Amino acid sequence: MLVNVFARMLCQAHGRAMEPAKGATHVAEIVFRTQDVTKVYGTGEARIYALGGVDLELFAGEIAVLLGPSGSGKSTLLNILGGLDHATSGRVWFRDTELTDLPDRALTKFRRDHVGFVFQFYNLVPSLTARENVQLVTDVSPDPMPAEEALAQVGLTDRMDHFPSEMSGGEQQRVAIARAIAKRPEILLCDEPTGALDSSTGVQVLEVLQDINERFGTTTVIITHNADIQRMAHRVIQFQDGKISSVVINDERLAPSELVW
Amino acid sequence: MQALDRKLLRDFARLWKQALAIALVLACGVAILLTGLGMYTALSETRETYYERNRFADVFVTVNRAPERLAVELAAIDGVWAVETRTTGNTVLDVPGNPRSVTGRILSLPIDGTPRLNVPVLTTGRLPDPTSTTEVMVNANFAIANGFALGDTFSANLNGQKRQLTITGTAQSPEFIYTIGPGALMPDNATFGIIWMPQPAVAAAFDMTGAFNDVSLKLTAGVSRMAIIAEVDRLLDPYGSLGAYGRDLHPSDSFIDAEIAQLRNMASILPPIFFGISAFLVSMVMGRIIMLERSQIGLLKAVGYSNLEVCLHYLMLAGLIAVVAVGIGWGVGGWLARLLAGQYAQYFDFPFLIFRTSPWVYAVSGIAALLTTTLGATQAAIKAARLAPAIAMQPPAPPKFKRSLIDRAMANMRLSQPTVMILRSLFRWPVRSALTTLGLALAVSTIVAPSFFDYALDKIVDSAFYESNRQDAMLVFSHDMPQSVLSTTAALPAVLQTEGQQFHPVILRSGIHEKRTTIQASHPGTDLSRVIDSTGAALDVPPGGVVLTERLAMHLDVGIGDRVAAEFLGGRKETHILTVTGTIAQYFGLGAYMDLDYVNSLLRQSSRISLVNVSLDDAEVLDLHARLKDIPNLVSIVMMSDTRRSFSDTIEQSIGAMNLVYIIIALLITVGVTYNGARIQLSERARELASLRILGFTRAEVSYILFGETLLLSLLAQPLGWWIGAQIANAMANSFSSDLYNMPLVLHPAIFARASFFVLLASFASVMLVRRRLDKQNLVSVMKVRE
Ligand SMILES: Nc1ncnc2c1ncn2[C@@H]1O[C@H](COP(=O)(O)OP(=O)(O)OP(=O)(O)O)[C@@H](O)[C@H]1O
Ligand SMILES: [Mg+2]
Repeated sequence: MLVNVFARMLCQAHGRAMEPAKGATHVAEIVFRTQDVTKVYGTGEARIYALGGVDLELFAGEIAVLLGPSGSGKSTLLNILGGLDHATSGRVWFRDTELTDLPDRALTKFRRDHVGFVFQFYNLVPSLTARENVQLVTDVSPDPMPAEEALAQVGLTDRMDHFPSEMSGGEQQRVAIARAIAKRPEILLCDEPTGALDSSTGVQVLEVLQDINERFGTTTVIITHNADIQRMAHRVIQFQDGKISSVVINDERLAPSELVW
Repeated sequence: MQALDRKLLRDFARLWKQALAIALVLACGVAILLTGLGMYTALSETRETYYERNRFADVFVTVNRAPERLAVELAAIDGVWAVETRTTGNTVLDVPGNPRSVTGRILSLPIDGTPRLNVPVLTTGRLPDPTSTTEVMVNANFAIANGFALGDTFSANLNGQKRQLTITGTAQSPEFIYTIGPGALMPDNATFGIIWMPQPAVAAAFDMTGAFNDVSLKLTAGVSRMAIIAEVDRLLDPYGSLGAYGRDLHPSDSFIDAEIAQLRNMASILPPIFFGISAFLVSMVMGRIIMLERSQIGLLKAVGYSNLEVCLHYLMLAGLIAVVAVGIGWGVGGWLARLLAGQYAQYFDFPFLIFRTSPWVYAVSGIAALLTTTLGATQAAIKAARLAPAIAMQPPAPPKFKRSLIDRAMANMRLSQPTVMILRSLFRWPVRSALTTLGLALAVSTIVAPSFFDYALDKIVDSAFYESNRQDAMLVFSHDMPQSVLSTTAALPAVLQTEGQQFHPVILRSGIHEKRTTIQASHPGTDLSRVIDSTGAALDVPPGGVVLTERLAMHLDVGIGDRVAAEFLGGRKETHILTVTGTIAQYFGLGAYMDLDYVNSLLRQSSRISLVNVSLDDAEVLDLHARLKDIPNLVSIVMMSDTRRSFSDTIEQSIGAMNLVYIIIALLITVGVTYNGARIQLSERARELASLRILGFTRAEVSYILFGETLLLSLLAQPLGWWIGAQIANAMANSFSSDLYNMPLVLHPAIFARASFFVLLASFASVMLVRRRLDKQNLVSVMKVRE
């Protein structure tokens, strides 16, 4: 309830009409399913079990936060879900499609059509302006929104022609989010999106993520080290030593602006 | 425009200095390929067309005097398509307004108009009237050089009579594309001309009515030239034949052939070197770019760009270098080609020139450049395509330095820490270090290799003109003269000293080897034209012996004490066995030397000479020229001072230009290699060096670490470059040596010093350019940048 109130407030503040959020609170449809996924790096003596059997379901329209100590396998899982990497064993489904053994080409198409990524270090192309960084994605996706619209969504209308070197960290991360949402992805995968930002900038970025989730019903996965952020999630998934140690459903969610760290 | 294409253009704009440094090296390759290949095809096609249209003969032979009926027998030889018999002869001309003696080569025109073979192209005017005894046609360049207009006259010494001749037309001929007078080393149109005269007039002048002394034959396609030459020799030997020969020995054609061969060498040897260096530079720079853009590559893949798209993106970045290089290369190549065409127009006399470079040559050079950058970038681009999107998201792991034997050795040597850093990185990328060294060595060798020409030609001139041929002039007669001619010439004005010499065309044989050459016979103790041995002393050839030039001896595979068979051509065809009593290093021609009296006795003839060498009193030379025109049987006077000067001038001009071009090329290579090397070092070590600066190292110390490696490699490259340069010089000397010249290999230490000077200077300058960047770098921002 609170979330909806906040979202409405936010959108009105930006002077935009509210779009209906698709089942942000009632999650049912399964978007991702993993079955006993493992990931092993290296061979022989130097073998590292980054993931040691992960079973997980992610639901359409939810915000899931992945928490856990460094090296517990969060990024590894995210990469596998996003089709950036293959699991060593186990199976992964995106809706009815099994990703597990898809060849490179099909994984590329899967990413192109369905997934938006947001990274800790923004990963903008330094030689392209904000607008062009977004166009990089809209150039290759099947049904993108105009780059200008995506940047407007993150409140960067007036910085569109700036190069990354001319923007603050928070602005850069917002460009990265605009880039991720411009393709109207079904899933948004964010690896420590606020990791490099101070708390107030971090809050801004989280607000944008929440807003997108509300309005487009985008399934959003956020990896973080910051335990406070878990309070904006529908579900909190805790990692430990390459395994899920607990999954908590939040009854009470906080708006990002209410988070403090 | 797609965002990825924007990235491409912006990245290229940011890299422009490095890209340009590479593009210039690549452009050299493109320009040379374009010029070499373009001129090669142009020259060979032009020649081919000219020969085809004007029916240039395949076999040539000069005889003493053969009856006209033999023409029918020659034509009857199986495989002979056409025969042209002529009367030819050299004579001294008196050209109004030209104080020097001019030599004319007279050719008879058939009574029924134009010749069947070696058809001259009428440039202006008309052919002489076949019945006229005074009308002639001359070669166009001779007319131009002497300012002749149609209807102008000059006089010629014909069979002891001075005859006034009128010019009715000018022409060019496939026989005289390269026109060189007797005894001359360079073409000189002012003092040597071709004169076409109706057959009856020539026959009367040379006392050859009903006979001929020159035959050209055209063969039907696909017959054996050797067999026909043998048959022709058999028919003509009784008439004082000097032996039939093919186009390969034709004076004009063999010069053009040598030029065409040189162009082919230029087009096939040099460009691959430039392409190789460029490919290396591209691979070095692209490799670094891929390292730096790992996270961008990861991003591209994460958002859905395929491996192929990423791969193409980087290949296109390299391709842009090729585009720039091709632009520059075509521009420079076109200019070079025009320059060369100008040179050819000066030395070669074609009635038309197919000197446009054909589109396919442009295409070939463009594709070669594109292939070069693509090849250079392939490894990097494949690496980019192979980067797993997930791995690309992480920063690159620090390079693995392993403790090795080298480290232990360095530890024992107690080197300073910065020196250790330099050496370690040197061994960390051994291939890169080796290729950098090789690239710089090639730059050094580029200067070394052609420099030897300068010294070699000095040596040639010194040996030919100041040691061996010290005469001021040679007086050449139409046929051998009695010794008494010496006293006649001694009485001429300006003549201080006279020495007679006899020239006799021969074929020397030893085992399976044989060589056509001229025996030069003189009296012992001559002072003007001398035979100089390896110690620099004048040599007298003993009776019964023969002294050969080293190249000739090598050809015949004989040494001192061996015997050779000499077949004396012309007149009686006799073969005599001679003993090789010495070999000499001589740089012009394939001389063979004998004792004059011995030759005369061998051939059972009274003492006679073919030419008189004279030394002259400069003050009276004009008087001499005025008188020479009236001396019967004198066909030519070769002024050695003119020969010497025109040779030195031509050589100095072309060598000066050539050395400059090679120095520029070497500088481009050096800058391309060192600038890119230093930039990459800077990019790889920016953080490390900034940390050192923060720790308190001075700018100089940091620069030392940064550029020590590059400069160390430049130093290592020097001896390697010298060695490669010497090898190339040796190969060039061999390839330039022909039966006309023998190019000595003179590797003066100054050559190496000069090459190293230029290359080290350019290395240092490039490194300094990069150092300016280092100095401007903001320590804080460098540390902030995430790798
Ligand atoms: N490419 C790789 N090669 C070898 N080991 C790897 C590789 N990538 C990750 N690992 C290992 O796998 C384990 C899990 O890594 P992962 O990056 O998933 O952790 P994380 O939970 O995201 O940690 P952090 O919070 O620090 O980002 C770690 O122990 C890591 O060292
Ligand atoms: Mg991580």
